[in-house]
Amino acid sequence: MGVNVIDRRLNPSGKSLPNRQRFIRLAKAAIKDAVVRSIRERALGDVKSGEVVNIPFKRIAEPRLHHASQGGDREHVLPGNKEFVKGDTLPKPKSGEGGGGSEGSPDGEGEDDFRFTISADEYLSVLFEELELPDLAKAKFKDVETLRYHRAGHSSSGSPANLNLERSLRKSLSRRICLKRPKREEMAALEAEIAELEAMPGRGEADESRLIELRASRDSMAAKMRRVAYIDPVDLRYNRFESTPQPTAQAVMFCLMDVSGSMTEDMKDLAKRFFLLLHLFLTRQYKHVDIVFIRHTSEAKEVDEETFFNSRETGGTVVSTALEEMRRVVEARYPVDEWNIYAAQASDGDNYSSDSGKCLQLLTEGVLPVCQYFAYIEVYDPRQAEIFLSSLNVSDLWKDYESVAGGRPNFAMKRVFNKGDVFPVFHQLFSKARAAA
Amino acid sequence: MSGLLFETGEWNFDTLKRTYDAIEEIAVGEMGLDPYPNQIELISSEQMLDAYSSIGMPVFYHHWSFGKRFARDEAMYRKGYSGLAYEIVINSNPCISYIMEENTMTMQALVMAHAAFGHNHFFKNNYLFKEQTDASGILDYLNFAKSYISHCEERHGVSAVERVLDAAHALMDQGVNRYGRRSRPSLHEEQARAEARQAHASDNYNDLWRTLPASAGKNGGKGGKPAETARGAPQLPEENLLYFLEKFSPRLRDWERELLRIVRNIAQYFFPQRQTKAMNEGCATYVHYKIMNRLFDLGKISEGSMLEFLTSHTSVVFQPDFDDQRYNGINPYALGFEMMCDIERIATQPTEEDRQYLPEIAGCGDALGALKNAWANYRDDSFIAQYLSPQLMRKMKLFKLDNLAAEQHYTVAAIHDERGYKSVRRALASQYDPSLRDPNIQVTSADLAGDRRLVLTHQMHNDVPLAEGDAKAVLGHIADLWGFDVELRGVGADSSERYSYEMALADQALVALK
Repeated sequence: MGVNVIDRRLNPSGKSLPNRQRFIRLAKAAIKDAVVRSIRERALGDVKSGEVVNIPFKRIAEPRLHHASQGGDREHVLPGNKEFVKGDTLPKPKSGEGGGGSEGSPDGEGEDDFRFTISADEYLSVLFEELELPDLAKAKFKDVETLRYHRAGHSSSGSPANLNLERSLRKSLSRRICLKRPKREEMAALEAEIAELEAMPGRGEADESRLIELRASRDSMAAKMRRVAYIDPVDLRYNRFESTPQPTAQAVMFCLMDVSGSMTEDMKDLAKRFFLLLHLFLTRQYKHVDIVFIRHTSEAKEVDEETFFNSRETGGTVVSTALEEMRRVVEARYPVDEWNIYAAQASDGDNYSSDSGKCLQLLTEGVLPVCQYFAYIEVYDPRQAEIFLSSLNVSDLWKDYESVAGGRPNFAMKRVFNKGDVFPVFHQLFSKARAAA
Repeated sequence: MSGLLFETGEWNFDTLKRTYDAIEEIAVGEMGLDPYPNQIELISSEQMLDAYSSIGMPVFYHHWSFGKRFARDEAMYRKGYSGLAYEIVINSNPCISYIMEENTMTMQALVMAHAAFGHNHFFKNNYLFKEQTDASGILDYLNFAKSYISHCEERHGVSAVERVLDAAHALMDQGVNRYGRRSRPSLHEEQARAEARQAHASDNYNDLWRTLPASAGKNGGKGGKPAETARGAPQLPEENLLYFLEKFSPRLRDWERELLRIVRNIAQYFFPQRQTKAMNEGCATYVHYKIMNRLFDLGKISEGSMLEFLTSHTSVVFQPDFDDQRYNGINPYALGFEMMCDIERIATQPTEEDRQYLPEIAGCGDALGALKNAWANYRDDSFIAQYLSPQLMRKMKLFKLDNLAAEQHYTVAAIHDERGYKSVRRALASQYDPSLRDPNIQVTSADLAGDRRLVLTHQMHNDVPLAEGDAKAVLGHIADLWGFDVELRGVGADSSERYSYEMALADQALVALK
């Protein structure tokens, strides 16, 4: 009798996943706290890793009825006696030391917070749970995946339209050769010979027997031809196609930023956080997300990410140039019916005063109609926060934008003063409440 | 030397089977063990972690606490604080042993000898397992439990199910029948019974009853049935709290009772393992030790792998002294293994002292016979009380320390000497006695006809109290299941009350809100 050894290694692991989901649901509040805290404290490049979560033990305690660690008369049997003899006494540890009296910690044995790590995915799903795309209509419309077919070899089954004649006949030929199916010419030659003999007027003994022999071989040949078909279902080969889903729900995100001298590193940092969040948010919603970075001073330019965040320019500030550049890029590369267009603009609020009219016109006529969403955040140096916290002290650009904000659900503007503000502002901009309003 | 079963640490299915056959020949052919048929399953370390979180069972229902355990085990494992078990073995027929792909071939041999023959023999032959578990039905039952619970989750929502399971888990230790067992159907009949109950309920469903006014209160309308009319009066006192709540709770709905029943059955299935930890591990460790040595003597394993085996074996049976930093209670592997070896010594080479203490087996010559008898008919406490010899007490240098509430000092009450043997042995045995280890809590009054106040009595042993915070939390769970006031009284040996916790309805509402 051999033993039954079963290889289970290929069975799916992660059997415990439903348990984990239940656990995470229970610990949600603690996880949320951790996530929000981490957004504020984390380094910039680190938004994609997991997060360690501390949960107060009490929230996930599994109480049982068990004896306390102190109190009552007890006997202990211990191994490794070295010097004790019967009757020796040992001092008790002072009460309160030694951990875990029933008064010391109500949970019993004084365990610490429960610590565990959530994955980047779980982290993000908590992060975005309460957020919702402001306008999902387009995405929903495009939710159905389109499939693109491409050739992928041959298969032995398929629809008649895909029959590959060349392959099928090649198979048929090799089968016929292999099974020694008589060729048509051989058959014809045989028939001819028989006919010739039959037509012969005075057949001799030899001819007669030859005729019988020929007829017999013709019959067996005919039988073999019937048995081995010229073309058989096993010969058939079809062209095979494989389908790959095409990402159709695609979005492009425009990051517009003022990089003139008045934007300090701190302010750029705030802006960058906002852009990062927006990007993460979009990558979760769309299969494919393009980012276009447009920076501007008195003229605007599309640049790569590195340049966008790190290089510094001098010059005045003309906001309309950035909007113009954005419109140009949209027209050149991102047809509105195929792309969901998002834009986030970060600025310190400076604008060349004569630009105001042009800027507003571009915004309302050129940019907003094609955008799913246009978010404007005005960033401030933390040191200026006190001055600008008052809503009376606002920049020119803010005033201009405010005048168009009313009645446009796809336009939002917020002011950001420090790192801690970024997430709440982001949250507010994209919150469900807003979508409902 | 072509007699070797394997030459390197690498294993493959061929060497596994060959080695298994060689082990089986020794275990069954020479030692005369009597295991269930074996089924050995290879798993990866990730699957081992999965298995941990479901108490090692191949199928188990879903609950957040398993997710919590998984998160903790995984973190410990990833950081390297703890390794994984080499094997998990399930008391089922056929007996399933999981072995990990990361193990070397020597470890696989050790694990097969340990689990597939040691534990397996113990499961099949020990009286507790025979009486209280149904090895051939457990996997079916767990399947039923899993599908029943996920069905309930679909119908009533995850959180409603979780609320009952949380409470039931809190009472798991008090959800077993300690003393003997009720005559009850085998586990695989449970499913049929549950379905029949369900069918009966839906057959007798009458839409007219819906028009009756709902009971008042915030639990009103959920349709708690008057249980006592249907089920007759409870017989008190009742030690199995889960059983009592399942049968007599006034407010539980039928599916909630079924959940309690599932948790109770599973608790009962694991109860023998909790009572035989040292014996079970001792038996398995002794068996693997004998088999590996025999394989070596037969020239079937190399010196290298024998050394590898010994390294791992000694670390398993290592017992740190009480004042050692590593001391964490008495190691059941160490105690069990030492006792098994000691029984062998007493049977074959007894001293005069052994003849005096253990006349039944001293010098009988049949070590395996004596061991098999012990494995079949004892549990940890009775086994220690019967077989712990003076020689072993001297070897382990056991001593007894008294910690009396009234005194300022610990007192060394007995040591490993002539005057102390019996006292140390009795005290060690009682440390393993389930009736002393778990608090003795029983339902003593329920007043089903009156205000339905439930009274639990904790019969305190030597005035050892309960952990208060946990006890109150569990009381909240009980009140939640019971639906009315619950009181827990601690009673000393002189039957005077030492403490009393109460969970009134107002508090219970708070608990429910949590």
